[in-house]
Amino acid sequence: MKDLIIIGAGPAGLTAAVYALRAGRSVLLLEAKNYGGQIVNTPEIENYPGLKSVSGFDFAQALYEQATGFGAELVYEKACGIEDRNGIKAVLTESGHEYEGRAVIIATGAKNRPLGLPREEELIGRGISYCATCDGMFFRKKDVAVCGGGNTALEDAFFLSNYCNKVYVIHRRDEFRGSAKDLEKLKTRPNVEFVLNANVTDLIGDAKLTAVEVTDKLTGEKREIPVSGLFVAIGQIPDNLAFTGVAKLDGSGYIEAGEDCRTGTPGVYTAGDCRTKEVRQLTTAAADGAVAALAASSGLE
Amino acid sequence: MAAVKVTADTFEQEVLKSEVPVLVDFWAPWCGPCKMLSPVVEQLADEADGFKVASVNVDDEMDLAEQFGISAIPCLVVFENGQEVRRSTGVIPKEQILNLIRG
Repeated sequence: MKDLIIIGAGPAGLTAAVYALRAGRSVLLLEAKNYGGQIVNTPEIENYPGLKSVSGFDFAQALYEQATGFGAELVYEKACGIEDRNGIKAVLTESGHEYEGRAVIIATGAKNRPLGLPREEELIGRGISYCATCDGMFFRKKDVAVCGGGNTALEDAFFLSNYCNKVYVIHRRDEFRGSAKDLEKLKTRPNVEFVLNANVTDLIGDAKLTAVEVTDKLTGEKREIPVSGLFVAIGQIPDNLAFTGVAKLDGSGYIEAGEDCRTGTPGVYTAGDCRTKEVRQLTTAAADGAVAALAASSGLE
Repeated sequence: MAAVKVTADTFEQEVLKSEVPVLVDFWAPWCGPCKMLSPVVEQLADEADGFKVASVNVDDEMDLAEQFGISAIPCLVVFENGQEVRRSTGVIPKEQILNLIRG
């Protein structure tokens, strides 16, 4: 049995591991996908204190090596529940294993919000993408669409307009949440066309995406826009439904907890993007990891 | 054995004409998740039994990427008897890659 089981090996979970291990605790990390979390998709981080510029991958790699160097164990399994057994926490995984710990930190992060359309998942890597900087180069000289109205959508559209023949920006409103400066910049691009007050309502194409159907919200009129790529940038969603037995979720699915990272269930803490909070940044994820690990550690005394 | 670096010139011989199933890792040096997956792919190449492992740097081989409709990386594609049979996009654990190869 470990002192601490950390669910999620992103920046929050790995930082928590570093702090807990340095406090003399044993740590098991459970990771469903890849260590580092979302940050590995970021080409350049330029706002982490003390690091002028570092790639997301290099950051994640260094943090991973730091945590494992202190003795963290990492298992690639997706946690699907936490049971309390007379004060001992058992974390169950989809592979059918269970891991016991004296305390648990939930640091599951957040992932890109899907549109929720049929066949969306099947078309990932076949025209559907959630990361323009990762996949944009495959659409050089092609027609693509970006769906969303926030900063990411505007930045993605601008980035893609450098390479693609045509970029449609499909947004459900006629105003943008993203920065006015980015919007102005985007409007100067001759190959960018705005499709406003419109939703993407269908994905067309068999083996790969060939067009999207958009529905005008005001008139109800539907039309097909031929594109070979659709970049979805409509925000993020957490993935905490497996933990409703030990943590309260808010309306959006984030774990309700304050800056002290306590869930209200003794021995269960939460850290990083999966928690209710105002600012979801690399620095605040790391900060949460430290707070949760030290709280968990002192709770074990 | 390390993963075989494959180019447009060698793809047919190394992959399509292979006697055993081939796992092809489409990757690029600027892709963070690819760097995360590559060590696992290399490990599989070392342990490969009944299949082989190849890698394609899509920066150098844009035509191959285009030919196989790669639009996101890392992308793992399994070929059997010259045909694509399965693919997976994104970082997945070793066990899942083995399942992808076995079908």
